[in-house]
Amino acid sequence: MSGVPALVIAGPGTNRDRDVATALKLAGAEPRIVLARELIESPRHLHDARLAVVAGGFSYADSLGAGRMLALDLTLGLGERLHEFVDAGRPLLGICNGFQVLSRTSLLPGSLGHNAQGRFDCRWVVLDRATKSNSIWLEGIDDPIHCPIAHGEGRYVHPDPESLDAAGQVALRYRSTNPNGSVADIAGVSDPSGLVLGLMPHPENNIVARQHPHHLRGGGGPAHLGLRMFEAGVAHARNA
Amino acid sequence: MTIRSLDNDPRVDQITSGAAALGLAEVSGVAIADLIHIEGDLTDHDRQSLHGLLVDPLLQMGTWDVPTGRAVEIGLLAGVTDTDADTVHRAAATLGVEIDHASSGLRVEFAENADDEAVTAIIERLLVNPIIERWAPGTLDPAPLVGEPAPVDPTIIEIRGLDEHGLAAVNDDRSLYLDLEELIVIRDHFEAIGRDPTDVEIETLAQTWSEHCAHKTFRAVIHTVDPESGDPVEREPLMRQLRSCTESIDASFVRSAFVGNAGVVEFEKGTTIALKAETHNHPSAVEPFGGANTGVGGVIRDVLGIAHRPIAVTDILCFGPDDLPLADLPDGALHPRRIREGVIDGVADYGNKIGLPTVAGAILYDPAYTTNPLVFAGCIGTADTRSIHDGPHAGDRVIVLGGATGRDGIRGATFSSATMDATTGEVAGASVQIGDPIVEKLLIDALVGAEDLYSGITDCGAGGLSSAIGEMAEGVGADVDLALVPRKYPGLEPWEVWLSEAQERMVISVPPRGVSAIAQRCDKVGVEWADVGQFTGDGVLIVRVGDQVVADLDTTFLHDGRPQRHMTAVMPSPKRSGATGRTVTDPSATLLALLRHPNIASKAATIHRYDHEILGSTVVRPLVGAAGDGPADGVVLAEPLDQHGIAIGIGVNPWHGLHDPEAMAFAAVDEAVRNVVAVGGDPDRTALLDNFSWGDPRRESTLGELAAAVDGCCAAAFTFNAPFVSGKDSLNNEYIGADGERHAVPPTLVITAVSHVPDADRCVTPDLVAAGNELLLIGATATEFAGSHLDLVQGAPPDPGVAPAPDPDAAMRYRRLHEAMQAGLVVSCHDVSEGGLAVAMAEMCIAGRLGASIGKLPHDDLATALFSESVGRLIVEVEPRNVAQFNRTMHDEVLNIGEVSESGLLSLPSVEPILVADLADAFNTGTTPLEAEQ
Repeated sequence: MSGVPALVIAGPGTNRDRDVATALKLAGAEPRIVLARELIESPRHLHDARLAVVAGGFSYADSLGAGRMLALDLTLGLGERLHEFVDAGRPLLGICNGFQVLSRTSLLPGSLGHNAQGRFDCRWVVLDRATKSNSIWLEGIDDPIHCPIAHGEGRYVHPDPESLDAAGQVALRYRSTNPNGSVADIAGVSDPSGLVLGLMPHPENNIVARQHPHHLRGGGGPAHLGLRMFEAGVAHARNA
Repeated sequence: MTIRSLDNDPRVDQITSGAAALGLAEVSGVAIADLIHIEGDLTDHDRQSLHGLLVDPLLQMGTWDVPTGRAVEIGLLAGVTDTDADTVHRAAATLGVEIDHASSGLRVEFAENADDEAVTAIIERLLVNPIIERWAPGTLDPAPLVGEPAPVDPTIIEIRGLDEHGLAAVNDDRSLYLDLEELIVIRDHFEAIGRDPTDVEIETLAQTWSEHCAHKTFRAVIHTVDPESGDPVEREPLMRQLRSCTESIDASFVRSAFVGNAGVVEFEKGTTIALKAETHNHPSAVEPFGGANTGVGGVIRDVLGIAHRPIAVTDILCFGPDDLPLADLPDGALHPRRIREGVIDGVADYGNKIGLPTVAGAILYDPAYTTNPLVFAGCIGTADTRSIHDGPHAGDRVIVLGGATGRDGIRGATFSSATMDATTGEVAGASVQIGDPIVEKLLIDALVGAEDLYSGITDCGAGGLSSAIGEMAEGVGADVDLALVPRKYPGLEPWEVWLSEAQERMVISVPPRGVSAIAQRCDKVGVEWADVGQFTGDGVLIVRVGDQVVADLDTTFLHDGRPQRHMTAVMPSPKRSGATGRTVTDPSATLLALLRHPNIASKAATIHRYDHEILGSTVVRPLVGAAGDGPADGVVLAEPLDQHGIAIGIGVNPWHGLHDPEAMAFAAVDEAVRNVVAVGGDPDRTALLDNFSWGDPRRESTLGELAAAVDGCCAAAFTFNAPFVSGKDSLNNEYIGADGERHAVPPTLVITAVSHVPDADRCVTPDLVAAGNELLLIGATATEFAGSHLDLVQGAPPDPGVAPAPDPDAAMRYRRLHEAMQAGLVVSCHDVSEGGLAVAMAEMCIAGRLGASIGKLPHDDLATALFSESVGRLIVEVEPRNVAQFNRTMHDEVLNIGEVSESGLLSLPSVEPILVADLADAFNTGTTPLEAEQ
């Protein structure tokens, strides 16, 4: 089975692009990392890809607010092309800074503010799939996903989380610890179609058993790998 | 535009709690707003576009109205890099809005009736650093643009014919920090060539010959006397001693030691690993955030500067006590709490943004670090094995990559070689460097993979272009035009461009045919580059501005002309025999006090501010175990799909050094090696880095302590068969207080061990795993309390006795333990260090959230058994069915001390059992200052 062509979109300061590419490769995709400016110059990259991920990091150093400048580049530079990509049924994922970027385009609802405690925070979290989630990235995933967060601006803000949940757009919730003060413990949200997902935690950093902090104590295990999300996305792209 | 947060702004709480922690008067009604000043002829549509960019309506509100009310506004000083303003310029261009000028600021508002003095105290003590910022009550106008075009003509420094006084005056006038003998050599050189030097030349010499760059002390011949015969002894230079030690060990995996920017080893065929650790002490004392930030940036460039892709960052930090009363703070010094906050933010900011995991580290507290905080930053990189670059060659172009050059960090190399006093902050203003991790990230993107396009590479660190191009030009010569160097703003004098330590720059030598390929790579990722000249082949360094030559130096004189320094040392005579015990009346209370001691207590609040997960390679994290709060001995990094990895361990104990520097150095190497072995590293494939932070070596006793520590390092390297591959020294970590007294740091040697991990799936951590497993102690315990943490919590007796002595048998035991680990016999393992056996056992219980029942102690004296810090020891958890085999592997040199229990209690003989929950509370909520703030 040949790999599903996938795009990892990076801006100046994106730094988890290689981690995402490794996860995609392991999930059966053929990832290619492209810089936003390359993408704007040659939008055919989007055309060639069946799936895309906006990777995490500190694009433009988070200056003036996380994700704003890269979102500006993509919105003005690509125009409607990202929407057309999704309209064609192709999955799009924004992780951490990628989520911040997509939340500042019209693709995902809500916004991400500074963590309630006012500091960057890196720790492992447990994520539950919201029962009504429409996200194709979580198809077939019933067990909680374990993976780390690493962000300073991850507090999810939305004026009406209940309706969002009712519409199936709440995708993931933090279990037991809400690390940043997100409304309704929301860690990830999707667009109305379920093709676009944005989340703050990093599933790309839990793709092999020994990455789990408790793997020597029997913790983690295949059911909780973040890799499962990439597998779900790749499976959907393959069958779409 | 004034922008406020709709929800609580967490910065307000940080100000309130920070002020309370410093004992400042309470101020009510604190609020914060961000300011963006934009100058230009804006239409309503422009304003709307900018409003849409700057203000997120779900998070913020923004207004163009000029704010009123009681407030203070803070802005950057003219010439300091303003990242937000640069972004506004960029965004405006993208949006098609024309603006003339932008700048950013911060507005702190207070209740109308807030007390003036209290407000000023908060601003000055907590918020503003006058080195880079300015402030005013009410509103603050944006900083003016700096600089007028400078005259091109260099200043001629008349030194020919000057006597000692005249030379000293030149030395002071230009802050050269050169020795008199060196000034005389320079004067004679210019008399011989029949002209006076230019300012560019004299500054280049001062930088190249600075302690920071030339390591004059480590290269000096040291004169001392034999303590027994009283005969004079001449020691070889310390640097040569360390190098010969590495040459004698002759380890097969060393690819490059003590040359270039970093050491290089090859544990696994096909992959080389570059190792480097640096200090950034002086800059961190005056501007903690910027100092630590650029310290990390600098050491990452060192690894990039030996053609390796950086993969991890380490940090060891030393601060003054957190609870130091303001009244006891020396004039001109920042409070330790502020230094700590700034330094940790600076490390986190750079590592997190550039996208490298910040892993192994330590934080130490001592009053002696109040005015001299220490910041050790390390970096590790990997590359596919290739031959090391042998350029530059004659004809190669001189290409400068990265950020533009500004007036930041001028004379950093010479400044960091000086002793500080109350005015240091003022005179060193221009020495502060400003970091931009994103630019450095782009440099990595541009350079990794371009190794075949260049012939030589070095980073611009201390001394800027002068150091980088000057070093590369050694023997070859170069001709460079400063007019071609990209600048942040006009108005820089030639010597400022040449010496500026503006960050995020690299110099590469590129054969002419490779230039366009390099340019293409740079343009693709967005890195600025400039071709500023060529390496000539005539051995002469020519620096010009257009046609005007501003420096013409023979590189042989520049690099080899410095007179050999001779120094005198008085070697220490530490107490080495006899034992002085300790009385511990309530061992369980003492154990809890040790767990609460800031050096031992959890560093979780700091560790969680660093991204230690990025790259997905962190297999053993700094915090491990059932609740993720147990302190790991070392960290292990392994790429997700690789079998092998590397372990990183740190050894440091300055308090031992106060009593016996040589034993301290041996113990530091032992601890670093022990830490890598404890997590699964191979002791026979281990390389070491040394970092010395010392006082003024012109004090003979201080130099003696330094020499003794180098003796200890070499003895330990031989014992463990672990070569040093790189090192760095930072001297003159002293401060002359208002009282005229000199305050030096304790002798602080940080050893970093990096070791091969053959099987990353077989790592070991210190968390106890299962009740019923047996606990075994490896290594010998003696009454060695001098410099112990027991003394730090309960005070030292008048005769502290001996510091922990070297254990020559430790190496063999580590080898056997590694063998046992590879055979899968070890369930958990922890090294015994600060606080002794009791603290180590407690940490294992905390990490596993399991009890332990200890029935046998390694020494008849209870205090010795529990709290002595003898080196070479580890506690190991082994399943009962494997104990016999484990003992055989260890040649029975183990002591079975007890077993893991379900009880939830740590039971030690003759000590009231302690709840593991209480141990965890003490460890986690002790006096760790950052934790307390949350």
